[in-house]
Amino acid sequence: MSRPVLDVRDLKKIYGEGEATVHALRGVSLTVERGDYVAIMGSSGSGKSTLMNILGALDVPSSGAYLLDGVDVSRLADRQLALARNRLIGFIFQAFNLIPRTSAVANVELPLAYAGVKPRERRRRAMAALDLVGLADRARHEPNQLSGGQQQRVAVARALVTEPALLLADEPTGNLDTRSTEDVLTVFDELNAAGRTIVLITHEPEVGDRTKRLIRLVDGRIVHDARQAPVTV
Amino acid sequence: MTFYEIVRFALRGLSANKLRSALTMLGILIGVAAVILLVAVGNGSAKAISDRIEALGTNTITVMSTGRGGSTSTAITKEMADALADPVLAPDVRSVSPVVSAAATVTYEGTDHDVNSFVGTTPGWFTASNTPVGRGAAFTADDEAQGRRVVVIGSTVAEELFPGVDPIDQQVTVGGALFTVVGVLDEKSSTGFQDANDTAIAPLTAVRQVLTGYGSLTSILVEAAAPDQVDAVQSQVSAILNQKMSVADGSTTTPYRIQNASQLLETQTETADTFTTLLGAVAAISLLVGGIGITNIMLVTVTERTREIGIRKALGAPRRTILTQFLIEATLLSVLGGALGVAAALIGSSFEIVGVKPVIVPSSVGLALGVSIAIGLFFGGLPAGRAARLRPIDALRYE
Repeated sequence: MSRPVLDVRDLKKIYGEGEATVHALRGVSLTVERGDYVAIMGSSGSGKSTLMNILGALDVPSSGAYLLDGVDVSRLADRQLALARNRLIGFIFQAFNLIPRTSAVANVELPLAYAGVKPRERRRRAMAALDLVGLADRARHEPNQLSGGQQQRVAVARALVTEPALLLADEPTGNLDTRSTEDVLTVFDELNAAGRTIVLITHEPEVGDRTKRLIRLVDGRIVHDARQAPVTV
Repeated sequence: MTFYEIVRFALRGLSANKLRSALTMLGILIGVAAVILLVAVGNGSAKAISDRIEALGTNTITVMSTGRGGSTSTAITKEMADALADPVLAPDVRSVSPVVSAAATVTYEGTDHDVNSFVGTTPGWFTASNTPVGRGAAFTADDEAQGRRVVVIGSTVAEELFPGVDPIDQQVTVGGALFTVVGVLDEKSSTGFQDANDTAIAPLTAVRQVLTGYGSLTSILVEAAAPDQVDAVQSQVSAILNQKMSVADGSTTTPYRIQNASQLLETQTETADTFTTLLGAVAAISLLVGGIGITNIMLVTVTERTREIGIRKALGAPRRTILTQFLIEATLLSVLGGALGVAAALIGSSFEIVGVKPVIVPSSVGLALGVSIAIGLFFGGLPAGRAARLRPIDALRYE
């Protein structure tokens, strides 16, 4: 067995101080193997977004260890953290978070630029990623000229263009209609079939049903962890 | 990521928000141009004032009687004027011009013109009083010695009496005697209420003979060898006059009065300096207001882009890269805006503003440009640095 992509041990996150203290995570332990497709479900306030932000190295835990591809992320300095976000993680936001007034292909190129890839190679890989999500013909469009589903697919292309070990998606279909949801989930299915590890958060049971493993979070603890399909690498 | 690529990112950032970039630059432009122009206008008016005074002659003193005429004890005479031209007692004196002056009516072919000051003097007066002859020539020492009736008229007199006619060699009647016009004075800027061009200059002997008689002089114009010797000349002149008019040593009152053009100039320069300081203060306030405007736009820009900074960080941008990009953007905006402001001020200064020709003060250009760029960099860089230090999730949630 290869080492897990994601290894979280007794993760806690506390917001605020004194009487206003909120325990967002009360000790979450979780391992995700390479090639897995995991959905994390839970009502709002269950701590799933907090967990996701910590997994994406956007936030730091109050205590606990987080090993990403064998590297202890909680011990990294700003510079290495930036490197980890760039090389190891592809993050997809509910609100897409594309850079406004910047073309789709330039948005997808951005992580490669920060990784120091040469412009010509960058353009080629960005176009390949856009092709993968079926938007090669919209490369020159700016975010406000694209539909929500298209924007989210550009965001997916941006997340996978650096070929990260892990794709994290925070309610990727939360702002999308049924049709666009289907488009994005199809992309996810294909990516997972190609061997990508995906962890996503969702409200919708039909999204959760398509994954290989379903985790339920209540009040900052994992209460349910069920395998729905075997991991095939 | 290379520096060149960061510059390209910054340029893309600026062109993605064209209106905002243009407005920021406009703010800086106006701030810089206003300061430079205001100081230039102040400086220009100060220059205009000192030019006018300089036209009076800065290296001369004028000796006048304090008496009301008639009384021989206070009268200034031709003999005194001759005594002042003494290379031993008054070595710093270059020339002495005795002056008599009276109002007179000049007539030419039935046209009358009242001249305010019909002046009789010696040829040295023209250079001493900084009154060059435009057309024709001044009268000569020989004319003065012979008492020839020749006259040099001011431009106002020429216009009044000789509309469309060349006045040179024409004959005019003054006090019942015929004078030949030999020259016309250059136009002179007026300093007071009197028209400095409404004048006529003739040899002292001729004027005394025809108009004023052989009594006392109106004044004596003494020219110093150099402007910084005016004070020395003044004391030499007083010494000679005190002796001539038998003023007791230590006496506080003298029968004569000495007017020093350089003192006048000093006073006027001080006035002009006050004026410049005032405009400088106005400029400083407009620089401050402009600076606050720049600060405001820069803060709003960065606040608005904090989300973008969050996205970039989430995609793995190191802090340094983000900070460099935003600093380059701020630098480009401030430098471009500042340069355009200087250009606008230079163009604006070639026009007359409220009757004053602005004269650019180089240090004001440096100051205005420096302050705006510093403000732009500081208030563009500081919030960007703060945003770049935020955790990505905090930057993304920033409202």
